[in-house]
Amino acid sequence: MIEKPVLIRDDGLRHDGRKPEDLRPIKMQVGILKNADGSAYVEYGKTKVVAAVYGPREVHPRHLALPDRALIRCRYHMAPFSTSDRKSPAPSRREIELSKVIREALEAVIFSELYPRTSIDIFIEVLQADGGTRTTGLTAASLALADAGIPMRDLIAGVAVGKVDGVLVLDIDEVEDEYGEADMPIGYAASIDEIMLLQLNGVLTPEEFKKAIELAKEGARKIYDQMKKTLHDKYLKIIEK
Amino acid sequence: MSNNLKILVADRQIVRPGDILAVMEQKIAKPMYNPEKHVYIYEDKIVSAVLGLASITDNDISVIPLEGRYFPRVGDTVIGLVVGVGITNWILDIRAPYKAILNAGEVIENFSPITTNLRDYIDVGDYIVAKIAVFDRTRDLLLTVKGKGLGKITEGIVIEIEPSRVPRVIGKKGSMLNLLTSKTGCNILVAQNGVVWIRCKDEKSSEIAVKAIRLIESRAHMRGLTEHVRMFLDKELA
Repeated sequence: MIEKPVLIRDDGLRHDGRKPEDLRPIKMQVGILKNADGSAYVEYGKTKVVAAVYGPREVHPRHLALPDRALIRCRYHMAPFSTSDRKSPAPSRREIELSKVIREALEAVIFSELYPRTSIDIFIEVLQADGGTRTTGLTAASLALADAGIPMRDLIAGVAVGKVDGVLVLDIDEVEDEYGEADMPIGYAASIDEIMLLQLNGVLTPEEFKKAIELAKEGARKIYDQMKKTLHDKYLKIIEK
Repeated sequence: MSNNLKILVADRQIVRPGDILAVMEQKIAKPMYNPEKHVYIYEDKIVSAVLGLASITDNDISVIPLEGRYFPRVGDTVIGLVVGVGITNWILDIRAPYKAILNAGEVIENFSPITTNLRDYIDVGDYIVAKIAVFDRTRDLLLTVKGKGLGKITEGIVIEIEPSRVPRVIGKKGSMLNLLTSKTGCNILVAQNGVVWIRCKDEKSSEIAVKAIRLIESRAHMRGLTEHVRMFLDKELA
Protein backbone atom coordinates (compact mmCIF):
# COMPACT_ATOMS: atom_id res chain seq x y z
CA MET A 1 0.00 0.00 0.00
CA ILE A 2 1.12 3.54 -0.78
CA GLU A 3 2.05 5.55 2.28
CA LYS A 4 -0.66 7.84 3.65
CA PRO A 5 -0.09 11.44 2.55
CA VAL A 6 -0.15 14.37 4.97
CA LEU A 7 -3.78 15.48 4.99
CA ILE A 8 -3.63 18.26 7.56
CA ARG A 9 -0.37 20.20 7.43
CA ASP A 10 1.38 21.69 10.45
CA ASP A 11 -0.06 25.13 9.66
CA GLY A 12 -3.60 23.69 9.92
CA LEU A 13 -4.29 23.83 6.18
CA ARG A 14 -5.25 20.85 4.05
CA HIS A 15 -3.06 19.04 1.51
CA ASP A 16 -4.23 21.38 -1.28
CA GLY A 17 -3.86 24.53 0.81
CA ARG A 18 -7.53 24.99 1.70
CA LYS A 19 -8.78 25.82 5.18
CA PRO A 20 -11.03 23.13 6.71
CA GLU A 21 -14.19 25.14 5.96
CA ASP A 22 -13.21 26.06 2.38
CA LEU A 23 -14.87 24.76 -0.77
CA ARG A 24 -12.97 23.92 -3.93
CA PRO A 25 -13.30 26.46 -6.76
CA ILE A 26 -16.74 25.90 -8.26
CA LYS A 27 -17.84 26.56 -11.84
CA MET A 28 -21.38 26.25 -13.18
CA GLN A 29 -23.09 26.66 -16.54
CA VAL A 30 -26.65 25.95 -17.66
CA GLY A 31 -28.22 25.31 -21.05
CA ILE A 32 -25.09 23.76 -22.55
CA LEU A 33 -26.80 21.02 -24.58
CA LYS A 34 -29.06 21.80 -27.52
CA ASN A 35 -30.97 18.53 -27.72
CA ALA A 36 -31.88 18.22 -24.04
CA ASP A 37 -34.79 20.13 -22.49
CA GLY A 38 -32.48 21.22 -19.71
CA SER A 39 -28.77 20.80 -19.06
CA ALA A 40 -25.97 21.91 -16.77
CA TYR A 41 -22.23 21.60 -16.35
CA VAL A 42 -20.71 21.76 -12.88
CA GLU A 43 -17.11 21.66 -11.65
CA TYR A 44 -16.06 21.18 -8.02
CA GLY A 45 -12.30 21.57 -8.31
CA LYS A 46 -11.15 18.76 -10.59
CA THR A 47 -14.50 16.94 -10.51
CA LYS A 48 -16.41 17.67 -13.72
CA VAL A 49 -20.01 16.63 -14.35
CA VAL A 50 -22.60 17.17 -17.07
CA ALA A 51 -26.33 16.66 -16.42
CA ALA A 52 -29.15 16.51 -18.97
CA VAL A 53 -32.91 16.43 -18.39
CA TYR A 54 -35.62 15.31 -20.81
CA GLY A 55 -39.30 15.66 -20.17
CA PRO A 56 -42.02 15.54 -19.17
CA ARG A 57 -42.38 13.19 -22.13
CA GLU A 58 -44.18 9.99 -23.08
CA VAL A 59 -43.00 6.93 -21.18
CA HIS A 60 -41.25 4.16 -23.08
CA PRO A 61 -41.84 1.29 -22.41
CA ARG A 62 -45.50 2.19 -21.86
CA HIS A 63 -46.18 -0.22 -18.97
CA LEU A 64 -43.84 1.71 -16.67
CA ALA A 65 -46.11 4.78 -16.73
CA LEU A 66 -47.65 5.77 -13.40
CA PRO A 67 -51.33 6.77 -13.41
CA ASP A 68 -51.03 9.53 -10.80
CA ARG A 69 -47.64 11.13 -11.32
CA ALA A 70 -44.57 11.40 -13.52
CA LEU A 71 -42.04 8.61 -13.52
CA ILE A 72 -38.67 10.02 -12.59
CA ARG A 73 -35.70 8.09 -13.94
CA CYS A 74 -32.12 8.94 -13.12
CA ARG A 75 -28.89 7.55 -14.47
CA TYR A 76 -25.63 8.44 -12.78
CA HIS A 77 -22.77 7.26 -14.96
CA MET A 78 -19.02 7.65 -14.92
CA ALA A 79 -17.29 8.00 -18.27
CA PRO A 80 -14.60 5.36 -18.94
CA PHE A 81 -12.00 8.16 -19.02
CA SER A 82 -13.14 9.81 -15.78
CA THR A 83 -10.74 7.88 -13.53
CA SER A 84 -7.02 7.12 -13.67
CA ASP A 85 -7.64 3.47 -14.56
CA ARG A 86 -10.18 2.92 -17.30
CA LYS A 87 -13.62 2.38 -15.79
CA SER A 88 -15.84 -0.17 -17.44
CA PRO A 89 -18.77 1.69 -19.02
CA ALA A 90 -21.26 -0.92 -17.76
CA PRO A 91 -23.25 0.33 -14.74
CA SER A 92 -21.56 -0.86 -11.57
CA ARG A 93 -23.19 -1.64 -8.23
CA ARG A 94 -22.02 1.74 -6.97
CA GLU A 95 -23.47 3.65 -9.93
CA ILE A 96 -26.85 1.94 -9.56
CA GLU A 97 -26.93 2.91 -5.89
CA LEU A 98 -25.96 6.52 -6.58
CA SER A 99 -28.59 6.77 -9.32
CA LYS A 100 -31.15 5.69 -6.74
CA VAL A 101 -30.13 8.08 -3.96
CA ILE A 102 -29.91 11.05 -6.34
CA ARG A 103 -33.30 10.15 -7.83
CA GLU A 104 -34.87 9.96 -4.38
CA ALA A 105 -33.42 13.33 -3.41
CA LEU A 106 -34.85 14.94 -6.56
CA GLU A 107 -38.21 13.16 -6.29
CA ALA A 108 -38.73 14.96 -2.99
CA VAL A 109 -38.63 18.39 -4.64
CA ILE A 110 -40.24 17.80 -8.06
CA PHE A 111 -44.01 18.31 -8.35
CA SER A 112 -44.35 15.01 -10.21
CA GLU A 113 -48.13 14.76 -9.62
CA LEU A 114 -48.63 17.53 -12.20
CA TYR A 115 -47.61 15.23 -15.03
CA PRO A 116 -49.33 11.85 -14.73
CA ARG A 117 -48.34 9.12 -17.24
CA THR A 118 -45.19 10.91 -18.31
CA SER A 119 -41.53 10.48 -17.55
CA ILE A 120 -38.80 12.89 -16.54
CA ASP A 121 -35.40 11.46 -17.42
CA ILE A 122 -32.24 12.71 -15.77
CA PHE A 123 -28.79 11.77 -17.06
CA ILE A 124 -25.70 12.54 -15.02
CA GLU A 125 -22.38 11.95 -16.71
CA VAL A 126 -19.15 12.22 -14.73
CA LEU A 127 -16.40 13.44 -17.07
CA GLN A 128 -13.63 13.62 -14.52
CA ALA A 129 -13.74 12.22 -10.99
CA ASP A 130 -11.84 13.69 -8.06
CA GLY A 131 -14.10 12.99 -5.10
CA GLY A 132 -17.59 14.31 -4.50
CA THR A 133 -19.05 13.13 -7.81
CA ARG A 134 -22.47 12.34 -6.35
CA THR A 135 -22.82 15.78 -4.78
CA THR A 136 -21.56 17.51 -7.94
CA GLY A 137 -23.98 15.33 -9.91
CA LEU A 138 -26.89 16.27 -7.66
CA THR A 139 -26.13 19.99 -8.02
CA ALA A 140 -25.86 19.62 -11.80
CA ALA A 141 -29.09 17.59 -12.03
CA SER A 142 -30.96 20.16 -9.95
CA LEU A 143 -29.76 22.98 -12.22
CA ALA A 144 -30.67 20.99 -15.33
CA LEU A 145 -34.20 20.41 -13.98
CA ALA A 146 -34.64 24.13 -13.36
CA ASP A 147 -33.31 24.81 -16.86
CA ALA A 148 -35.88 22.36 -18.26
CA GLY A 149 -38.65 24.37 -16.59
CA ILE A 150 -39.82 21.54 -14.37
CA PRO A 151 -41.70 22.82 -11.28
CA MET A 152 -39.77 22.19 -8.10
CA ARG A 153 -40.08 23.15 -4.46
CA ASP A 154 -36.45 24.24 -4.34
CA LEU A 155 -33.02 23.71 -5.81
CA ILE A 156 -30.73 21.18 -4.16
CA ALA A 157 -27.07 21.87 -3.52
CA GLY A 158 -24.86 18.87 -2.86
CA VAL A 159 -21.72 18.99 -0.73
CA ALA A 160 -19.70 16.50 1.31
CA VAL A 161 -18.16 16.85 4.74
CA GLY A 162 -15.32 14.57 5.73
CA LYS A 163 -13.18 13.82 8.73
CA VAL A 164 -9.48 13.67 7.99
CA ASP A 165 -6.83 13.28 10.69
CA GLY A 166 -9.52 14.06 13.28
CA VAL A 167 -10.53 17.38 11.66
CA LEU A 168 -13.92 18.04 10.06
CA VAL A 169 -13.38 19.42 6.56
CA LEU A 170 -15.75 20.66 3.87
CA ASP A 171 -15.98 19.38 0.28
CA ILE A 172 -13.44 16.54 0.43
CA ASP A 173 -11.57 15.42 -2.67
CA GLU A 174 -10.39 11.98 -3.76
CA VAL A 175 -7.26 11.85 -1.55
CA GLU A 176 -9.08 13.02 1.57
CA ASP A 177 -11.87 10.52 0.89
CA GLU A 178 -9.44 7.63 0.44
CA TYR A 179 -7.29 8.28 3.51
CA GLY A 180 -9.81 10.07 5.74
CA GLU A 181 -11.89 8.58 8.54
CA ALA A 182 -15.36 9.62 7.38
CA ASP A 183 -17.21 10.93 4.33
CA MET A 184 -20.70 12.42 4.63
CA PRO A 185 -22.36 13.72 1.45
CA ILE A 186 -25.53 15.78 1.89
CA GLY A 187 -28.06 17.36 -0.46
CA TYR A 188 -29.51 20.53 0.99
CA ALA A 189 -32.45 22.62 -0.18
CA ALA A 190 -31.48 25.94 1.39
CA SER A 191 -34.64 27.98 0.92
CA ILE A 192 -36.97 25.44 2.52
CA ASP A 193 -34.21 24.29 4.91
CA GLU A 194 -34.54 20.57 4.26
CA ILE A 195 -31.93 17.87 3.82
CA MET A 196 -32.80 15.77 0.78
CA LEU A 197 -29.84 13.38 0.75
CA LEU A 198 -27.73 12.13 3.61
CA GLN A 199 -25.20 9.36 3.53
CA LEU A 200 -22.37 8.59 5.93
CA ASN A 201 -19.41 6.36 5.30
CA GLY A 202 -17.06 6.00 8.29
CA VAL A 203 -17.39 6.93 11.95
CA LEU A 204 -18.44 10.23 13.54
CA THR A 205 -19.39 10.86 17.17
CA PRO A 206 -22.84 12.44 17.75
CA GLU A 207 -21.16 15.81 18.46
CA GLU A 208 -19.05 15.57 15.34
CA PHE A 209 -22.15 14.63 13.35
CA LYS A 210 -24.00 17.77 14.49
CA LYS A 211 -20.99 19.91 13.69
CA ALA A 212 -20.59 18.23 10.31
CA ILE A 213 -24.23 18.95 9.41
CA GLU A 214 -23.78 22.62 10.29
CA LEU A 215 -20.57 22.80 8.26
CA ALA A 216 -22.23 21.09 5.30
CA LYS A 217 -25.26 23.40 5.42
CA GLU A 218 -23.00 26.41 5.43
CA GLY A 219 -21.07 25.11 2.42
CA ALA A 220 -24.25 24.09 0.62
CA ARG A 221 -25.69 27.59 1.09
CA LYS A 222 -22.69 29.06 -0.75
CA ILE A 223 -23.15 26.58 -3.59
CA TYR A 224 -26.91 27.25 -3.58
CA ASP A 225 -26.31 30.99 -3.99
CA GLN A 226 -24.01 30.30 -6.91
CA MET A 227 -26.65 28.04 -8.50
CA LYS A 228 -29.24 30.82 -8.26
CA LYS A 229 -26.76 33.28 -9.73
CA THR A 230 -25.95 30.92 -12.62
CA LEU A 231 -29.64 30.60 -13.56
CA HIS A 232 -30.09 34.36 -13.31
CA ASP A 233 -26.97 35.12 -15.37
CA LYS A 234 -28.07 32.91 -18.25
CA TYR A 235 -30.86 35.39 -19.00
CA LEU A 236 -28.89 38.48 -18.09
CA LYS A 237 -26.30 37.56 -20.72
CA ILE A 238 -28.92 37.40 -23.46
CA ILE A 239 -30.29 40.79 -22.45
CA GLU A 240 -26.83 42.34 -22.61
CA LYS A 241 -26.25 40.92 -26.07
CA MET B 1 -55.29 34.69 -1.84
CA SER B 2 -57.38 36.96 0.30
CA ASN B 3 -54.82 37.91 2.86
CA ASN B 4 -52.43 40.78 2.51
CA LEU B 5 -49.12 40.15 0.84
CA LYS B 6 -45.73 41.62 1.51
CA ILE B 7 -44.15 41.35 -1.93
CA LEU B 8 -40.38 40.82 -1.95
CA VAL B 9 -39.60 40.92 -5.67
CA ALA B 10 -39.98 43.47 -8.45
CA ASP B 11 -42.32 43.05 -11.41
CA ARG B 12 -40.55 41.30 -14.34
CA GLN B 13 -37.66 40.21 -12.12
CA ILE B 14 -36.03 36.87 -12.99
CA VAL B 15 -36.96 34.31 -10.32
CA ARG B 16 -35.77 30.75 -9.77
CA PRO B 17 -37.22 27.69 -8.04
CA GLY B 18 -37.09 28.24 -4.30
CA ASP B 19 -37.10 32.05 -4.46
CA ILE B 20 -39.46 33.55 -1.89
CA LEU B 21 -41.75 35.95 -3.77
CA ALA B 22 -44.00 37.20 -1.01
CA VAL B 23 -44.96 36.69 2.62
CA MET B 24 -48.59 36.44 3.73
CA GLU B 25 -50.08 37.64 7.01
CA GLN B 26 -51.52 34.27 7.89
CA LYS B 27 -49.97 30.85 7.72
CA ILE B 28 -51.74 28.12 5.81
CA ALA B 29 -51.99 24.65 7.27
CA LYS B 30 -51.16 22.54 4.24
CA PRO B 31 -48.58 23.35 1.55
CA MET B 32 -50.24 23.77 -1.82
CA TYR B 33 -49.19 24.23 -5.41
CA ASN B 34 -50.89 26.57 -7.84
CA PRO B 35 -50.24 25.22 -11.35
CA GLU B 36 -51.68 28.27 -13.15
CA LYS B 37 -49.45 30.69 -11.29
CA HIS B 38 -46.41 28.40 -11.05
CA VAL B 39 -46.02 29.20 -7.36
CA TYR B 40 -46.31 27.12 -4.27
CA ILE B 41 -47.39 28.20 -0.87
CA TYR B 42 -46.16 26.84 2.40
CA GLU B 43 -46.59 28.26 5.86
CA ASP B 44 -46.76 32.02 5.16
CA LYS B 45 -44.48 32.11 2.13
CA ILE B 46 -45.22 32.20 -1.59
CA VAL B 47 -42.35 30.54 -3.42
CA SER B 48 -41.58 30.29 -7.13
CA ALA B 49 -41.57 26.73 -8.48
CA VAL B 50 -40.03 27.47 -11.86
CA LEU B 51 -37.43 29.58 -13.59
CA GLY B 52 -39.36 32.58 -14.88
CA LEU B 53 -40.38 36.19 -14.57
CA ALA B 54 -42.35 37.48 -11.59
CA SER B 55 -45.64 39.10 -12.51
CA ILE B 56 -47.35 41.33 -9.98
CA THR B 57 -51.00 42.37 -10.36
CA ASP B 58 -53.11 44.03 -7.62
CA ASN B 59 -52.02 42.21 -4.50
CA ASP B 60 -51.42 38.95 -6.32
CA ILE B 61 -48.27 37.35 -7.63
CA SER B 62 -47.51 34.74 -10.26
CA VAL B 63 -44.58 33.53 -12.33
CA ILE B 64 -44.38 33.42 -16.14
CA PRO B 65 -42.13 30.44 -16.93
CA LEU B 66 -39.16 30.97 -19.25
CA GLU B 67 -38.57 27.29 -19.94
CA GLY B 68 -40.61 24.13 -20.18
CA ARG B 69 -42.56 21.96 -22.57
CA TYR B 70 -46.14 22.51 -23.58
CA PHE B 71 -48.71 21.08 -21.20
CA PRO B 72 -52.23 20.81 -22.69
CA ARG B 73 -55.37 22.47 -21.33
CA VAL B 74 -58.94 22.09 -22.54
CA GLY B 75 -59.87 24.87 -24.97
CA ASP B 76 -56.33 25.57 -26.18
CA THR B 77 -55.88 26.08 -29.91
CA VAL B 78 -53.01 23.89 -31.07
CA ILE B 79 -51.34 22.95 -34.34
CA GLY B 80 -50.63 19.24 -34.54
CA LEU B 81 -48.62 17.12 -36.93
CA VAL B 82 -50.37 13.93 -38.08
CA VAL B 83 -48.15 10.98 -37.13
CA GLY B 84 -50.56 8.08 -37.52
CA VAL B 85 -53.77 7.06 -39.22
CA GLY B 86 -56.10 4.57 -37.53
CA ILE B 87 -59.35 3.01 -38.72
CA THR B 88 -61.57 5.62 -37.11
CA ASN B 89 -59.15 8.33 -36.04
CA TRP B 90 -55.90 10.19 -36.64
CA ILE B 91 -53.07 10.42 -34.15
CA LEU B 92 -51.42 13.82 -33.82
CA ASP B 93 -48.22 15.04 -32.23
CA ILE B 94 -48.97 18.34 -30.51
CA ARG B 95 -45.59 18.53 -28.68
CA ALA B 96 -47.23 17.54 -25.39
CA PRO B 97 -46.30 14.50 -23.26
CA TYR B 98 -49.51 12.83 -24.49
CA LYS B 99 -50.76 11.70 -27.89
CA ALA B 100 -53.70 13.60 -29.34
CA ILE B 101 -56.59 11.84 -31.06
CA LEU B 102 -58.77 13.36 -33.77
CA ASN B 103 -61.83 11.25 -34.48
CA ALA B 104 -62.96 10.78 -38.08
CA GLY B 105 -66.51 11.84 -37.23
CA GLU B 106 -65.14 15.31 -36.55
CA VAL B 107 -64.03 15.70 -40.15
CA ILE B 108 -66.32 13.53 -42.27
CA GLU B 109 -70.12 13.63 -42.17
CA ASN B 110 -71.87 10.24 -41.89
CA PHE B 111 -68.53 8.53 -41.40
CA SER B 112 -68.39 4.79 -41.94
CA PRO B 113 -65.08 2.96 -41.58
CA ILE B 114 -66.13 0.45 -44.28
CA THR B 115 -66.62 2.89 -47.13
CA THR B 116 -64.03 5.59 -46.41
CA ASN B 117 -60.27 5.55 -46.28
CA LEU B 118 -59.06 8.18 -43.82
CA ARG B 119 -55.88 8.76 -45.80
CA ASP B 120 -57.98 10.35 -48.56
CA TYR B 121 -58.82 13.20 -46.20
CA ILE B 122 -55.82 13.72 -43.92
CA ASP B 123 -52.52 11.87 -44.24
CA VAL B 124 -49.35 11.50 -42.21
CA GLY B 125 -47.32 14.71 -42.38
CA ASP B 126 -50.26 17.10 -42.56
CA TYR B 127 -50.56 19.95 -40.08
CA ILE B 128 -53.97 20.44 -38.44
CA VAL B 129 -55.28 23.43 -36.52
CA ALA B 130 -57.46 22.04 -33.74
CA LYS B 131 -58.91 22.76 -30.32
CA ILE B 132 -58.44 20.51 -27.32
CA ALA B 133 -61.92 19.12 -26.60
CA VAL B 134 -61.33 16.63 -23.77
CA PHE B 135 -58.36 16.16 -21.49
CA ASP B 136 -58.62 14.62 -18.05
CA ARG B 137 -55.04 13.34 -17.63
CA THR B 138 -56.18 9.71 -17.36
CA ARG B 139 -56.54 9.16 -21.10
CA ASP B 140 -55.00 10.57 -24.28
CA LEU B 141 -56.49 13.88 -25.22
CA LEU B 142 -59.22 14.43 -27.81
CA LEU B 143 -59.16 17.18 -30.41
CA THR B 144 -61.93 18.90 -32.35
CA VAL B 145 -61.80 20.78 -35.67
CA LYS B 146 -65.35 22.09 -35.43
CA GLY B 147 -65.02 25.84 -35.19
CA LYS B 148 -63.91 28.92 -37.05
CA GLY B 149 -60.42 28.75 -38.49
CA LEU B 150 -59.83 25.13 -37.53
CA GLY B 151 -58.85 22.35 -39.91
CA LYS B 152 -56.10 21.22 -42.24
CA ILE B 153 -53.32 23.62 -43.19
CA THR B 154 -53.00 23.82 -46.98
CA GLU B 155 -50.88 26.95 -47.53
CA GLY B 156 -48.25 29.13 -45.90
CA ILE B 157 -45.42 27.99 -43.65
CA VAL B 158 -45.33 26.41 -40.22
CA ILE B 159 -42.52 27.05 -37.73
CA GLU B 160 -41.91 25.76 -34.22
CA ILE B 161 -40.97 28.00 -31.30
CA GLU B 162 -40.40 27.39 -27.59
CA PRO B 163 -43.88 26.93 -26.03
CA SER B 164 -42.82 29.11 -23.09
CA ARG B 165 -42.32 32.03 -25.51
CA VAL B 166 -45.90 31.95 -26.85
CA PRO B 167 -47.24 34.64 -24.43
CA ARG B 168 -44.46 36.99 -25.54
CA VAL B 169 -45.08 36.45 -29.26
CA ILE B 170 -48.75 37.27 -28.69
CA GLY B 171 -48.00 40.09 -26.25
CA LYS B 172 -50.25 41.88 -23.78
CA LYS B 173 -53.78 41.84 -25.25
CA GLY B 174 -52.27 40.68 -28.57
CA SER B 175 -50.13 43.80 -29.00
CA MET B 176 -47.08 42.01 -30.38
CA LEU B 177 -49.09 39.85 -32.77
CA ASN B 178 -50.99 42.93 -34.00
CA LEU B 179 -47.68 44.64 -34.67
CA LEU B 180 -46.40 41.65 -36.63
CA THR B 181 -49.53 41.25 -38.75
CA SER B 182 -50.00 44.95 -39.48
CA LYS B 183 -46.38 45.61 -40.43
CA THR B 184 -45.76 42.52 -42.55
CA GLY B 185 -49.30 42.15 -43.88
CA CYS B 186 -49.14 38.44 -43.09
CA ASN B 187 -51.77 36.27 -41.51
CA ILE B 188 -50.17 34.75 -38.39
CA LEU B 189 -51.64 32.15 -36.05
CA VAL B 190 -49.74 31.41 -32.85
CA ALA B 191 -50.94 28.12 -31.36
CA GLN B 192 -50.62 27.51 -27.62
CA ASN B 193 -48.26 24.58 -28.19
CA GLY B 194 -45.64 26.78 -29.79
CA VAL B 195 -46.37 26.14 -33.46
CA VAL B 196 -46.81 29.21 -35.64
CA TRP B 197 -48.63 29.28 -38.97
CA ILE B 198 -47.67 32.16 -41.27
CA ARG B 199 -49.46 33.07 -44.50
CA CYS B 200 -47.99 35.91 -46.52
CA LYS B 201 -48.51 37.54 -49.90
CA ASP B 202 -44.88 37.15 -50.95
CA GLU B 203 -41.76 35.30 -49.84
CA LYS B 204 -39.90 38.38 -48.60
CA SER B 205 -42.50 39.36 -46.04
CA SER B 206 -42.77 35.78 -44.77
CA GLU B 207 -38.99 35.69 -44.36
CA ILE B 208 -39.11 38.89 -42.31
CA ALA B 209 -42.00 37.58 -40.21
CA VAL B 210 -40.01 34.44 -39.36
CA LYS B 211 -36.97 36.54 -38.47
CA ALA B 212 -39.05 38.78 -36.22
CA ILE B 213 -40.58 35.79 -34.43
CA ARG B 214 -37.12 34.29 -33.88
CA LEU B 215 -36.00 37.64 -32.46
CA ILE B 216 -38.90 37.68 -29.99
CA GLU B 217 -38.15 34.08 -29.05
CA SER B 218 -34.50 34.76 -28.23
CA ARG B 219 -35.18 37.95 -26.26
CA ALA B 220 -38.43 36.99 -24.57
CA HIS B 221 -37.51 38.52 -21.22
CA MET B 222 -36.25 41.86 -22.54
CA ARG B 223 -37.96 45.06 -21.44
CA GLY B 224 -39.42 47.18 -24.24
CA LEU B 225 -39.38 44.24 -26.63
CA THR B 226 -42.34 45.54 -28.65
CA GLU B 227 -40.45 48.77 -29.49
CA HIS B 228 -37.36 46.75 -30.38
CA VAL B 229 -39.38 44.56 -32.75
CA ARG B 230 -41.08 47.61 -34.28
CA MET B 231 -37.66 49.09 -35.08
CA PHE B 232 -36.47 45.76 -36.48
CA LEU B 233 -39.51 45.48 -38.74
CA ASP B 234 -39.22 49.09 -39.98
CA LYS B 235 -35.57 48.51 -40.84
CA GLU B 236 -36.20 45.20 -42.61
CA LEU B 237 -39.24 46.36 -44.53
CA ALA B 238 -37.69 49.67 -45.68
